[in-house]
Amino acid sequence: MKRQLPIIIIFILGVFMVFQYHIPHETSEFFYEFIALDWPPIIGMFALTLGIISLVRVSITRVRQRQDNWQYSIVTLVALTTIMAAGFIDTRGADAPPVRWMFDNMIIPVSSTMFSLLAFFIASAAYRAFRARSVLATILLVSAVIVMLRFFPLGPLTDPESELSRWILTVPNLAAKRAIIIGVGLGIVSTALKVVLGIERSFLGRD
Amino acid sequence: MGMFERLMALDRRWVYLILGLAVMAGVKARIIIPIPISQEARRIHGFVDSLQAGDAIHLAMDYDPSVMAELQPMTLAFLKQCFEKRIRVVVSSLHQFGPALAAGALDTAVARHFERTGERIENGVDYVFLGYKPYPALIILGMGQNYRIPFPNDYYNVPLDDLPMMRDIKNYDDVKAVINISGTSATDWWISYGNGRYGIPLAIGVTGVMATDYYPYLQTGQIFGILGGLEGAAQYEMLVNTPGPAVEGMSVQMIAHAIIILFIIVGNVAYFARRKSLPQGSGSV
Repeated sequence: MKRQLPIIIIFILGVFMVFQYHIPHETSEFFYEFIALDWPPIIGMFALTLGIISLVRVSITRVRQRQDNWQYSIVTLVALTTIMAAGFIDTRGADAPPVRWMFDNMIIPVSSTMFSLLAFFIASAAYRAFRARSVLATILLVSAVIVMLRFFPLGPLTDPESELSRWILTVPNLAAKRAIIIGVGLGIVSTALKVVLGIERSFLGRD
Repeated sequence: MGMFERLMALDRRWVYLILGLAVMAGVKARIIIPIPISQEARRIHGFVDSLQAGDAIHLAMDYDPSVMAELQPMTLAFLKQCFEKRIRVVVSSLHQFGPALAAGALDTAVARHFERTGERIENGVDYVFLGYKPYPALIILGMGQNYRIPFPNDYYNVPLDDLPMMRDIKNYDDVKAVINISGTSATDWWISYGNGRYGIPLAIGVTGVMATDYYPYLQTGQIFGILGGLEGAAQYEMLVNTPGPAVEGMSVQMIAHAIIILFIIVGNVAYFARRKSLPQGSGSV
């Protein structure tokens, strides 16, 4: 029963969601609202609680045992408690002044900085690894340079260069992407069918 | 060690330093470069331009601060066009950091519109901000049935039924299109469910690294326009006649790309020169 019950629930809900998707009737909308919209946030809240408890336990253990980079765990704990406290003190959500202040002065600069570091890694990788070692690598390299050059004012070459980079994006790139998308789509459908029909059971664990 | 060996073994910190200095010089120089407008950007602008005053459009802002340099200018340019044409805007966010950015963008766009025209844009009348809910696919499907299912209240906790703008807006049938400005996989959900399930016309504005992933959907007609990264934002700023941070940023991006191309050339010259100098059969370099 421990294994059968989850499989039965998944089968019923899986089949329901397939039919619900294609039948926009009021009854199906009601069940959709009840099952699909209400349940995931409830389950998510339990997962969130579990995640917070786990994070706190791991961080405290790391600090107590003075493990590698334990100082970062203190930062994690302070950030976690500070943001939670700010949310409890002022319940206006993202508009609460303390939350807003932290968002504007901490989250925005830190997030932007992390993302902008990408440019430095790309430059370094381009210098060290982007070599015309083979025909395929040369094609990749030349294509990348042509696409990057589309930003440059190249005088009489600007229009042909733009057209060429557009062709790269909309013909070879599109063909490769489409093949990947269709492959992934078929993979998703087959995996979903295997889960709904109870053929794929690895998610249940070994017990 | 010869020159080419030294170049091959160049410490990556020199690469970082050169790029950093070049970018800073670009920011300081404030060069404005010509921005060619793509067909994809023109299509979005033309679509919004063809709408009548009072029509509604859904703006889905699904991004976080890490990509706001690329996407926030896109949002502001789009809101400017809508407010100028008195097109009503339903705004939602399916990223947990989105609401603060969306609220900020709306405040900025409203203030700028008032400065330019003296007209007031009112919350609940000219735009509605629904706020954030988790689980993008479920929320997109829910809004397709009725906006009130996932969002009984707006971001400011006012029931949707109490907002004048929402009286004649039930679901996607009552908006002309969805414009999804996104730095997340929410775009995939909008394509699969917003367009696939409900057939709502969809256009997207995504980060530069994401843009190439969505060209297949453009050709199939699942999206009618695409703005890619800072370039797309700059194009839209030009289309709405308000060159701003994206247009200014394009020169910096161009300089960064020039440096990267230069590094690629130098790296390859060093690679081939060193390979040529090695005796044949001595293995790879």
